[in-house]
Amino acid sequence: MLEARNISVRYGPCDVLREVSLSLSEGRMVALLGPNGAGKTTLLKALNGTLPAAEGSVVLDGRPLAELSRREAARRVAVVAQENETKFPVTVVDFVLSGRFAHGGAFGWERAEDVAVAERALAECDLEKYGSRLMNQLSGGERQRVVLARALATEAKILLLDEPTANLDLAHQAMIFRLVRGRCDAEGFAAVVITHDLNLAAEFADELILLHRGGLFAAGTAEEVLSEANIAEVFGVRSLRDANPATGKVRITPIF
Amino acid sequence: MKRANYIFLLLIAGLAAAVAVAVSVGSESVSVFAPDEQGRAILFDIRIPRVLLGACVGASLALAGASLQALLRNPLAEPYLLGVSNGAALGTLIAFVLLGDVAGARPVLAFAGAGIATFAVYQMARSKAGMNVERLVLAGVIITTFLSSIIVLLTSLLDAARLRGYTFWLLGDLSQATYNGFYMTLAAAVAGTIVLTSQARALNLMMIGERDAFDHGVEIGRVRMIIFGMASVLVGTSVAASGSVGYVGLIVPHIVRLVVGSDNRLVVPMSAFAGAIFVVLADTVARTAIAPRELPVGAITALIGAPLFIFLLRRS
Repeated sequence: MLEARNISVRYGPCDVLREVSLSLSEGRMVALLGPNGAGKTTLLKALNGTLPAAEGSVVLDGRPLAELSRREAARRVAVVAQENETKFPVTVVDFVLSGRFAHGGAFGWERAEDVAVAERALAECDLEKYGSRLMNQLSGGERQRVVLARALATEAKILLLDEPTANLDLAHQAMIFRLVRGRCDAEGFAAVVITHDLNLAAEFADELILLHRGGLFAAGTAEEVLSEANIAEVFGVRSLRDANPATGKVRITPIF
Repeated sequence: MKRANYIFLLLIAGLAAAVAVAVSVGSESVSVFAPDEQGRAILFDIRIPRVLLGACVGASLALAGASLQALLRNPLAEPYLLGVSNGAALGTLIAFVLLGDVAGARPVLAFAGAGIATFAVYQMARSKAGMNVERLVLAGVIITTFLSSIIVLLTSLLDAARLRGYTFWLLGDLSQATYNGFYMTLAAAVAGTIVLTSQARALNLMMIGERDAFDHGVEIGRVRMIIFGMASVLVGTSVAASGSVGYVGLIVPHIVRLVVGSDNRLVVPMSAFAGAIFVVLADTVARTAIAPRELPVGAITALIGAPLFIFLLRRS
């Protein structure tokens, strides 16, 4: 569905991303890992065209991303960015409806169908009663869920999520990862998720990509990528690796 | 029926009422229903074109203000305060001094002046860290004072009689209204309402954030060009016809937002009607407050607008 071929991204003279490749196919969930400044967000921005790749190319459904109009791209790829603030007071439901822009007509009034999609997305993110609340009056965690609800409301099959669980409590962290996993398994979605939680990544993702200083350090399954040696090298932290007794998945415990 | 539709009906009725009142009062008392010959001349040659021009100028400036505020994510953006009106004024003045009365030269150069000023203020206000409220206002002050000094330089070339007319005109003055001016501003206001309303949903997204809007399918660069271009046309035609009437683009969208919220699909078209009502009424006050003498309408709008500006600046 979405493929990055050897892309490099530059801010001014310095490379922030060097020759990174990534291939995302239907039903797959890819976790993007790495320390702060490793280039994770940059890669995500390059994947939806916010940052143009200086070298290499991004291909979406067989066509170079650069050739697609913004509307076409937005109907296929939805983004949950890290934090966004708005000075103008917007209600939660209007915010989620803004995700329907790429489906709208010239003068842009929402149809009943758009409202139904938005309400379903709100319900899935445990936000049924929040519709008339104002965005700038929500807590960080609530806002994050609204932003995810809007991404779902776009009906794009590819989700690019930048730390979607950073401000969330345990229950909502699990809820969001299960939701995205469920969409990948049942409805042919595909997702790239940036996270700092190695265990969540090991638990839910099909493939893990570990970035280090703008380059690809390791990629593969949790067993392959999350070795104690890799974690020591990239994060500079000693850790203990075993298996989660409940699920059998890789479990990393840092040793502080 | 939805609440928004009622408000639209109310605005249309309000505009009709404001025009009726404005046409029937003035420093000369004229019977509207059975005017004598002199009364007919006052009504048809002076008052009616003036009132109609005022309505179109008000609509144009309010449209420009509402859409610039959404685009720049700044409730203080206003054509007069950003120096856009002064750009148009300088263009008009250049046309007048250098080209005399070549038909069409004034609005075209006014548009060019408005466009250049808009671009300059935008370039000055944006920085690597993004745009903030104060930076934009400051850029506007600098552009305004710079253009004012050139205007003063040019007006010093005019003789005394024309100079007095120009000082009035610079403050925003509808007393030189003609039907041609009315047709020109009407065309701009109608086009502006349609074009800007068509971009309103994209503007809603851009108010949330530019990157965010891009992610959701908005062609940011195109929307920006359309808004800047259309606002320059609106301000250019208004200023060419009636000088720089200030603060309309600040006051009117602010009041509209208080009533209908921040959805630009309502704010933009409603601002057009509300702006028309506002300037028609303000000009009626300007004509009658110290009759038989007159004030420029821009003095009235600034009297209301400047305190509101301070209030908004303190709140942001």
